[in-house]
Amino acid sequence: MSGEVPLWEVFIRPRNGLSHKHVGSLHAADEVMALNAARDVYTRRGEGTSIWVVPSKAITASDPDQAAENFEPTAGKVYRHPTFYEIPDDVGHM
Amino acid sequence: MALFEALLELADDHLVLGHRLSEWCGHAPMLEEDLALPNMALDLIGTSRTLYTYAGEVEGAGRDEDALAYLRDEMEYRNCLLVERPNGDFAQTMLRQLYFAAFMEPYWKAALESPDETVRGIAGKAVKEMAYHIRHAGEWVIRLGDGTEESARRMQEAVEELHRYTDELFHSSAAARGVDALPDRAAIRPEWDRVIGEIFAEARLEIPQVPFPQQGGREMQHGEALGHMLAEMQVTHRAHPGAVW
Repeated sequence: MSGEVPLWEVFIRPRNGLSHKHVGSLHAADEVMALNAARDVYTRRGEGTSIWVVPSKAITASDPDQAAENFEPTAGKVYRHPTFYEIPDDVGHM
Repeated sequence: MALFEALLELADDHLVLGHRLSEWCGHAPMLEEDLALPNMALDLIGTSRTLYTYAGEVEGAGRDEDALAYLRDEMEYRNCLLVERPNGDFAQTMLRQLYFAAFMEPYWKAALESPDETVRGIAGKAVKEMAYHIRHAGEWVIRLGDGTEESARRMQEAVEELHRYTDELFHSSAAARGVDALPDRAAIRPEWDRVIGEIFAEARLEIPQVPFPQQGGREMQHGEALGHMLAEMQVTHRAHPGAVW
């Protein structure tokens, strides 16, 4: 059956103020059934306050073969990390 | 003892249907339903536990939930015949679930106004679970009823098979009537008719005429199916009385 049924990606928001996080995927015939299935598969232990489902085919992924050109050039640019500032003592914890 | 009898009717409906759903565990047509069906089974079995515990307190004879669930025979079970019907195919299981939940959701909603605090507590939790069961089973009934040629045929066959058992949802045995703490079963009918009517219209299913509704479970007269189910459900407890996890 799963061969004919579309795949969906599931995102759950664990609590208010946090963003939805990808938790996995599932098969369902349409978006209503996907939401029901997501509730049953991924929120059985009180994980969520909100669910998003997105058709997996709607996601465009970066090409693993381009990983080197995509990600490695940032490795030598430590100045992009906000670690070169002196923080005055009375600012406290940041 | 009408309250005890009425609580047992409710508890037996929930336990028997919960056990039936649990039989799908590992056999559902897709992984997602293999989790959803036991989820719903656990909702029902959880409700039956609190109902049995309360029934045992009301009876005052020292019987706890296990004694009531595992040490009564088929001839002492008060569940309606609908819930003991074998699972059949997925269409029959979903339809049976819809029929039951479409009754229990308005029933528990009415029970939120009960003068009995324990009943209000049970109702408050169960009403949300039943609302979900209507949604889950209802969506499947709609998609199967208005789906492929085969799914529509199977769904209509399920209706022909099971609709005759629905009348008994609205009945209590004579011994269980007139309980202030619980809603009147017959009064739930208009809401049940409305919900089933809406879902059937969307599913393009016909509601059949039922000249001879099947009943008897409330009077402890059951079909062949229940005895086999209880034998399997009770064997461990009877072989090892008092066993715990």
